[in-house]
Amino acid sequence: MAKIPIVQDFVVERDEDKCIHCQVCCRMCSNDAHTYDQESDRVSTDSHKCVGCHFCESFCPTSALTIRRNSSEIRQNANWKQEMLTWISKQADTGGVLLTGMGCDQPYPVYWDHILLNASQVTNPSIDPLREPMELRTYLGRKPDRLEPEDIKGPGKKVHLKSKIGNQLMLQTPILFSAMSYGSISLNACKSLAWAASEFGTFYNTGEGGLHRDLYPYGANTIVQVASGRFGVHEEYLKAGAAIEIKIGQGAKPGIGGHLPGEKVNEEVSRTRMIPMGSDAISPAPHHDIYSIEDLRQLIYALKEATRYEKPVGVKISAVHNVAPIATGVVRAGADFVSIDGLRGGTGAAPTVIRNNVGIPIELAIAAVDTRLRQEGIRNHASVIAAGGFRTSGDIIKAIALGADAVYIGTSALVGLGCHLCQKCYTGKCNWGIATQDPFLTKRLNPNIGARRLVNLLRAWSLEIKEMMGGMGINAVESLRGNREALRGVGLSDTDLQILGIKPAGEAW
Amino acid sequence: MKKWRMDSRFRGNDARCENVARCENYTGYGNGMLEKTFLADRDYRVPAGCGVSGIMNEAGERFSGEAIITSIALMRDRSNGLGGGFAAYGIYPDLASYYAFHLMYETEDAKRQAEEYLKLSYTIMHDEPIPSREVKVITRSPILWRYFLKPREEALVRNPLFSEEDLIAQTVMHINGQIRDALVASSGKNMGIFKGVGYPEDIGEFYCLENYQGYIWTAHGRFPTNSVAWWGGAHPFGLLDWSVVHNGEISSYGINRRYLQNFGYLCSFFTDTEVITYLVDLLSRKHGLSFELVAKILAAPFWVDIERMPEEEKEFYQGLRMIYGSALLNGPFGVIVCNTETMLGLNDRLKLRPLVAARWGDFIYVASEESAIREICPRPDRVWMPRAGDPVIGRLKQEPGDRSQESEVRSRENIPATDRDSWVDQALAIDGQGLRAASQDDKADTQEVL
Repeated sequence: MAKIPIVQDFVVERDEDKCIHCQVCCRMCSNDAHTYDQESDRVSTDSHKCVGCHFCESFCPTSALTIRRNSSEIRQNANWKQEMLTWISKQADTGGVLLTGMGCDQPYPVYWDHILLNASQVTNPSIDPLREPMELRTYLGRKPDRLEPEDIKGPGKKVHLKSKIGNQLMLQTPILFSAMSYGSISLNACKSLAWAASEFGTFYNTGEGGLHRDLYPYGANTIVQVASGRFGVHEEYLKAGAAIEIKIGQGAKPGIGGHLPGEKVNEEVSRTRMIPMGSDAISPAPHHDIYSIEDLRQLIYALKEATRYEKPVGVKISAVHNVAPIATGVVRAGADFVSIDGLRGGTGAAPTVIRNNVGIPIELAIAAVDTRLRQEGIRNHASVIAAGGFRTSGDIIKAIALGADAVYIGTSALVGLGCHLCQKCYTGKCNWGIATQDPFLTKRLNPNIGARRLVNLLRAWSLEIKEMMGGMGINAVESLRGNREALRGVGLSDTDLQILGIKPAGEAW
Repeated sequence: MKKWRMDSRFRGNDARCENVARCENYTGYGNGMLEKTFLADRDYRVPAGCGVSGIMNEAGERFSGEAIITSIALMRDRSNGLGGGFAAYGIYPDLASYYAFHLMYETEDAKRQAEEYLKLSYTIMHDEPIPSREVKVITRSPILWRYFLKPREEALVRNPLFSEEDLIAQTVMHINGQIRDALVASSGKNMGIFKGVGYPEDIGEFYCLENYQGYIWTAHGRFPTNSVAWWGGAHPFGLLDWSVVHNGEISSYGINRRYLQNFGYLCSFFTDTEVITYLVDLLSRKHGLSFELVAKILAAPFWVDIERMPEEEKEFYQGLRMIYGSALLNGPFGVIVCNTETMLGLNDRLKLRPLVAARWGDFIYVASEESAIREICPRPDRVWMPRAGDPVIGRLKQEPGDRSQESEVRSRENIPATDRDSWVDQALAIDGQGLRAASQDDKADTQEVL
């Protein structure tokens, strides 16, 4: 039996009238979709190889190229989708697990699109952020429940804090860059994130890839991650960052570990991760020193000891069904912040079936965790960072109103650097120079320009958040945090509304 | 020297309050003629504009309610007849050691239920209808009753960390939350809150406030945006000896309410005022913070201003905002918060609602409009416009309870002690001292505004 050809995802259309046979596209495409035939002096394209990253289209000097989705369709079938046939065919060919990149692309409900924000009218003036201070400054970390009265008492007495407040991360805007490891993304992409975080006054996260020596100067804006593979973890690394995050889970692949293919482990990655060149970097599914919550507590305090209690230590978990009690346990285990990564959180590589089927949306997880921490009276004991597919500043402000202290953005930051969500990060052939270690490709991403674009993105979203806050008559982000009265649900079931803790649109206070 | 102009309505008005007559009227609405609106409809948060006024005599000299009525009446156009009320401190000197509970009932059944509940934890030392008189514009009212309560020993021994105040707060929360047609208007010692649906001056007349003598009076005229006006929704709001009158809308209500739930406060009224009261109770009573600091939490300084502070102070205010961020009141407000010893006037951090303060001798005034102060105190020593977030604080110079401790055994009929003439004499006497003390007080004022 002949091999069954896979139906191509894209069709590359070349306008022959516009094409000048310059061969730029041939040199650009890391998937070799475009080829030049000297004899006929023609450039031709094999659409089967196209992943839809739009790099050639973006840089074709005569705009001769257009990438379209392939319109070839199977007989209409509500149960079987084209992509499922493709998956089966591939697996029947290879007997392997399907891989993919980026966040879940399946049509689960996006609750952000069913939540609406409030604004002031008449009874309560809106505040103009151009004229009045509008405060986004956010502190992440454990906070005491109260001031002790002996700290301060009576009028006229000089104020001072007797009990020092624990270490905090100070953010100029409640947005951080989420964990993306050096190895999964290029050093230029890491530099873009680090420089942008440093310039804007927020933080980026090393992921489990260690910290490249070029990035040590940006340690004050770095959250260093300790994951199950412990790649690149040493004393200097722990002390270099402003905070430490223990990674338990990731929204795109809850319950499983990571796998950086040996092809991506070049000399620099090898040195940073402290593994041999060309060897696969496999992060186990669990931490093999954490089989229970009390073990997590030991690791948290081991890391605190190692850094002399000078840095907040947080824990990242993926949003799963039991996320609220897990988060509570994590806080009780001593975490200063809890990062929760939702269903739509991105990844450099994950089994497709896991990415598409495991976990819960971040909206519900934020609501459940914030509510539970308040019920337990420990909401002040840790900050909550939400992650998992924030697409606009509107999503972010809703996340904060649901109860998150701040949000991690990963996918949207990469989109700011050029990513077109082709979901082929795991191939190491990223044409945009982001998810690759190929020097020919990585040089396409200029970290100076990348950092500027990320600062622009943070600035734009912060301005939009300020505008929306001002419209609600709120001038400090702490008055928005957990303020679910600012939200209304539209088109949601009673149960959804109850879990989100919001009222339906049309209902007054 | 004439202290203030009296509303002609109060001149020579010797009407005695007909307790018994009113009491008979109450049964009138068990007959289905009137729908339940006094205490119902509490499930909505209604935005409201308002006028507020407060007077305090820092020396603890008591004066009648006429002044505050005159003051709030001048700001009639700040309210729309759907809510008015008063808080008065020092009005029950003879029963000052008992918790004075002012209750509103919609039904006799609710009254019975509430009384049964009260008897579980308290000895009712005295109870009676709250005196009131017929006022043309107030056509109907709930059952208004007051109780003077002494907590039972056995109600307190359950938990050593459970103070008498916690018991009172719990009682108030229980009645307000669980007994549907009953509402505790006030629950402090030697103080009371008188409120209802109507213009404040009519409410004042209805409750015969000229018959009471207090050293702090605050008043509120309400302008709710819809007609769901119920007696419980009127201001002031009270818990223990706290009372709050408030003009504004709190945009941070959602998080303030959730924050308070962490500490066991059940917000059962959906009013901003309730949230402010509980926040002040939490910060001041439970966390032991000074009023100055409470003001700096409710109307926190901006980060840009904190950055400019000396290092130690900067660190302190950073910490204050980190710990108490969820207690920040965002949105426009002008509020007057009182307890037995203090009157606090406070604006939001942008001063989006008006608030004016004045001082005259031992008197300190706070009101939405300067005219409302000048109406009762034409020539104050000093009038100022407090800046956004800067508190105006009046403090009692002596313990108010001293004079009344020994008089507990006096006849119960004595309350309230009524003597307008003696008030005028008192006012004149204070007047003389006040002028002399004025120059010294200037210094104190600057401290007050911090």
